Parts: sequence; structure tokens; C-alpha cells
Amino acid sequence: MKRIISVIVENEHGVLARIVNMFAGRGYNITSLTVAPIPNSEFSRMTIVSEGDPKVFEQIVKQLHKLIPVYKVIESDDFIEKEMAMVKFPIENHLADIDALARCYNGSISNVGEKHVIVSVVDRPVRIDNFLKAIKKYKPLEIVRSGASVIER
Amino acid sequence: MKLTGAQIVIESLIKENVEVVFGYPGGAIMNVYDEIYKQNAFKHILAKHEQGAVHMADGYARASGKVGVAMVTSGPGLTNAVTGIATAYTDSIPLVVISGQVPTTAIGTDAFQEVDAVGVTRPITKHNFLVKDVKDLPFIMKEAFYLARSGRPGPVHIDIPKDVTVAKTKFEYPEKIELITYKPTYKGNKRAIKRAVDAIKRAKRPVLYVGGGAVLSGAYELVREMVKLTKIPTVETLMARGVIRHDCPYLLGMVGMHGTYAANMAMNDADLIVSLGARFDDRVTGKLDEFAKHADIVHIDIDPSQIGKVVKTKYPIVGDLKNVLEDMLPLIIEEIDADKYEEWREILNRYQELYPLKYNDDDSVIKPQWAIQKTGEIAPEDAVISTDVGQHQMWTAQFYPFTYPRQLLTSGGLGTMGFGFPAALGAKRAVGEKVVINFTGDGSIMMNIQEILTGYRYKLPVVNIILNNNYLGMVRQWQTMFYDDRLSETDLSDVQPDFVKLAESMGGIGFRVKTKDEFEKALKEAIEAKKVAFIDVQIDRREDVLPMVPPNSPLKNMLIFKEDK
Repeated sequence: MKRIISVIVENEHGVLARIVNMFAGRGYNITSLTVAPIPNSEFSRMTIVSEGDPKVFEQIVKQLHKLIPVYKVIESDDFIEKEMAMVKFPIENHLADIDALARCYNGSISNVGEKHVIVSVVDRPVRIDNFLKAIKKYKPLEIVRSGASVIER
Repeated sequence: MKLTGAQIVIESLIKENVEVVFGYPGGAIMNVYDEIYKQNAFKHILAKHEQGAVHMADGYARASGKVGVAMVTSGPGLTNAVTGIATAYTDSIPLVVISGQVPTTAIGTDAFQEVDAVGVTRPITKHNFLVKDVKDLPFIMKEAFYLARSGRPGPVHIDIPKDVTVAKTKFEYPEKIELITYKPTYKGNKRAIKRAVDAIKRAKRPVLYVGGGAVLSGAYELVREMVKLTKIPTVETLMARGVIRHDCPYLLGMVGMHGTYAANMAMNDADLIVSLGARFDDRVTGKLDEFAKHADIVHIDIDPSQIGKVVKTKYPIVGDLKNVLEDMLPLIIEEIDADKYEEWREILNRYQELYPLKYNDDDSVIKPQWAIQKTGEIAPEDAVISTDVGQHQMWTAQFYPFTYPRQLLTSGGLGTMGFGFPAALGAKRAVGEKVVINFTGDGSIMMNIQEILTGYRYKLPVVNIILNNNYLGMVRQWQTMFYDDRLSETDLSDVQPDFVKLAESMGGIGFRVKTKDEFEKALKEAIEAKKVAFIDVQIDRREDVLPMVPPNSPLKNMLIFKEDK
């Protein structure tokens, strides 16, 4: 079962390694992980998407709490969840089609070069899944997903 | 006044009232050792191997309840310390381990004696630090000691690059420390405590399951009080031996793989298990699906991650055992009627009578259990006992008459062979006049035997009783039981050291004994000798540790003793 945890940690040497090592050492999975500093603070926020049954998940949360630089572990079902995807297409595609599709997923064409067109979209991860299915016929050359970012409602 | 990083380390240790540091110098830590040379506030004990140094600090901490301090150099110094640190981590022993590191400018260049030290110790420490700026050092020293001893204790590692030990800063040691990200819960929730007491009151077949937390939190008097008041049948884990006196009528003995039949049946048949600082280790539970099928669980632990980790817990209480029992005992006095459990006690006493701990004594050969019991008779009641790991460890846990907590020092969680002797030396440094005895095997003692010289040099007379069966006995026992007696690499009979000469060559005293009379005589002499002593006790080679719960079996399926020959 998919779970999202938002972890507030002190910005200090090795804190990311501590979190990731704990997951690896105890055999927990990480589906995606995003980290960035929280503005005007000494903290960073990590958003971790993980898989596991409720018992495993309870241990993950407790083990996170146990790490000294962890300030807060937020587990909630009531998150606003967004993910970004960037996709590179060959320029031979019909640009208007691609642009229209991107707009359906809160995105647009970000860059057009001699050989490629790059599109970025921001949406819920499930919708990103759908977008990536929908663009298959335009023969995407490269796809980059950011992993989920969440904020509590 | 400005101090160098090296001086700050020394001053901080003094501020923490450290009286002894166990260590081994080397290139990256030399500046700190130079300051050790210049001071008289604490002693340094030079081990012969970094692993020995950390086990000594660990033994010192276990015996005294204080934080043990070890110091090593970078690279191999630190990696040699790893087993010691992991041993302390698994048993929640407070240590501060300080290592040297290559200069900050050389970190990441694969410099001589460089290893990613904090990377190596991250999973085996409560916390660790790489000191990048000397300005941070006073706070880190303070934080390290605070983390090591507070909450659920554990080892903390500080890695200090060589240039940081030279750099200067103003030294102000923080008086108090408060961390916004770390606030252990000491007081238990009152309502949760009340609910637990109600559960005990309702229970017909309760068991008190006492673990190492009862030692670490200093709660043993309260635990004893609880046992006395409620007369609830009580079992101890390996780490808790001595919390309850061995002759307490309500103590059923040790629980788990080599526990007593009565203790394991108590867990099996209980309708309520009250865990006092224990963590439901796999060596305790046996096959998990079959563990305590009829019991609700009250789990008191300062570490929330232990609660619900292994067994489903109906009555969780997060808090320090001592604080929780202080709140719990008045309610228990009010509400619990000790007579209520009389029938339950009788059932368990019958189990105890049916299958007591026993062995087939023999006059022609020394049985290890006999040697341990005899030592219990000869040694003073307050003797400190350490063990290595293997059969002798389990026999000691089963047969030694423990009377107080911190009397038994043993690597329970990690099971580190080579722990016993250096731990005994560290303990001897802590307990002064008390007799310190290490029960070991002919396998274990060879790991860290070099520390005889440390014992000689610093006048730390420790008696090592080598229960010598010329086997790696515990593995041999499993090979016999589960591998059709195929003794793969466990028979040591073709090459054995002369332990007497070995001890003598490094300033110790040695004995080789084959009969009971010789044993008694040697032990008395060894205790009197005030030297590191080795008693090579030739025991019955094929003696097994029994009873035994076979791996992955339910607790009730114990292998009991062989019929009398």
C-alpha cells in the first residue's frame, strides 16, 4: 500500500544519508524522495513515498522519529500532492497537439530547440501516470519525474 | 581563553567527570593524545587492540552505570572499534567513542588511513558527528554525552579531523542542553498506566517479563517491589539477570531459547504479559506465530519504536521504567490482591519441579554447570561476572546465582565473541575491590586474548574461567542436533594453546584443571593472586546447553534433559 510521509529534519551534515540508510538497513522501500530546504529556517522537508503494510509503516514512522535530527514526521491522508514531469520529444511532432495535451495537465511547452521540444507538467502523480500514457504515441525521447511533493491541507 | 580542538576534547571530558579513557593512539588523533600526556585529571588505559578498548569502555559502563569513553585513530583504528560499538548499540550501553580523522582538506581524497567513519558507524550508533568546525566542538561533546546517557542509552561517535584538533576557539562548555528534535519521554501517560493496572487486576495468569531496561533505568528496586507486592510469576531476559535475586520465590528464571521450562510455559500460558524494559527478542519469543497466543501485552519502554515492533501490544506505555513504576506501584498497592494468582503460581511451580534446570553431575569429569555453581559458592556474593558468547554464556546465565543488577556483563544482543575479557577489565577498573570473573570458552577467549597485557600493565586482576571443551561448543551443539553431527570446523582439539604459559608470558597466572578438587583450589588461588588469571578447565566435551527451544519452534516445544546415564 502506498504511503506518503513528510519529514522535517535539521539541515546538517549527513542527514539525508541517515534517513536513506535507515530505510535501506531495515529493508523498507522508497518509491520516491524529494528534499529541499524550508525557506528562512534551519530545516529541510523530505517527502518520502513508500510502500508497505500498516505495521511496517508504523515502524518506519517510529524509526524516523528515533533519528536525532528528525524534528517532525507528518503522516496524513489529507495531503495536496503534486509531481512534476518533463518530457523531451522529437521536433517532428505536431507541436499544437503536444501543447494541448500538456495544458490538460497544468503544463506547457518549456523549450523548443533544433531537434527537440521539451514539455513540463505539474499534477497529481496518478494524473502524471495518465499523461505519460497519453504521450506515448508522440515517441518521447526522455522522461524525468520529480517524485511527489506534498503539503498538508 | 582560546583552546585548540584537542584541548577542548580534554576539557570537555573533565567537565563530564570522566575518570578513565580506554584507547589506542595513532596519526590522526595524536594532537589529542599529546594533551592527554599533559594532564592528570583522568587516566588513559592503553589497550592492545581498538576492539579491546571499546569493550573495556563498555564493560566499565555496564558495571558502573556511567558513560564509557573510548578513543581511537582514523581508518583502521575506527574500523577495529566497530564491533565494540555495535555490541554496545545492541545492548543500549552509553558510550562516547572519539576517533581521529584525516584533515578536513584531505577528506574524500582516499588519504592515508582515511575511511568514511561516520558512514561506517551510522547504523551502529545512537548518533554520530563529523566535526567540521572547531567552534562546534564544545557543543558536540556536550551533546554526545547527553545523547549517550539519556532516553534509551547508546553509543555516540565523534569523528574529529586532525586540523580541527589544532584549530583554536573560545572554550565555553554548555551548562545545559536542550535539543528541539530530541525529547525522550520519561513520564508515562497516567491513563495508560491506569489501564495497564486494570488489566493486571483482571488477569488470571499474568507474568512479569523483565528486560535490560530494568537495569539501564535504575528501576530494579521498584521491579523487586512490584514482584514482592503482587507475587506475580516473573521471568528475566539474559540482559536482566540479577534484577531479581536468584533466590526470589517468584522468579521462574530466564526466558527464551535456553530459559527454564517454567519460565517459557509461563509465557506460553499467560493471559497477560507485562514487559518491563524488554523487547521481545527472537531468542525470547521462539516461533512468533505461536508466541503467547492467549496473552494481552503491557509493554513499558522508553523507546516507542520497540512497542508493537514484534508483538501486538494492547497496553503500550512509553516512558522510563523507573518513572512509570513510580506512578504504577501506588495503584498496584491499592488494587492488586496477590492471593489471586495463587493457583497460577502453583501450576508454574509444578512445571518448575517437573523440569528444573539440571545436569548429570559426574565425579570423573568437570561439568561446566558444576564449575559455574561452584564459582558462585566460592566467589564473594558481589563478584562481577562477565561472559563471552556461546555455551558457557548460557550456562552462566542459567546456573550462576545472581544477586544484583549490573552483576552480569554479557553481549546479549549482538553476541560478540571476545567481549568478555576486555569487558571484565573495564569493569574491574570501575568496581575496584570487587572480584571480577569472566566465564569464557576456548573459542571466545582467543578473540582479544592480547588484552592480558593490558590487565598486567594496569593491575586489573580479572579471573578468566575457560570452560574448555576443545570445541566451538555452541555451533558444535547445533551441528550435533540439526546437522547430523557433521562437525564442520568446530573441533579445536588438535591445536590448543598452553593457556598457562600464555598467561604467564604476559604477566598473568595460569592453571590447568581436570578435577573438581583442582578447580576449587585453582579458583581460590586465582582470586587471591591479584593477577590476571586463566583457569583452563577441561570440561565434559559433549555437554549440551539444555533445555532448549529449537530455532523457529514455539516456546512450549522445549528439548528437555537427556535421561540419566
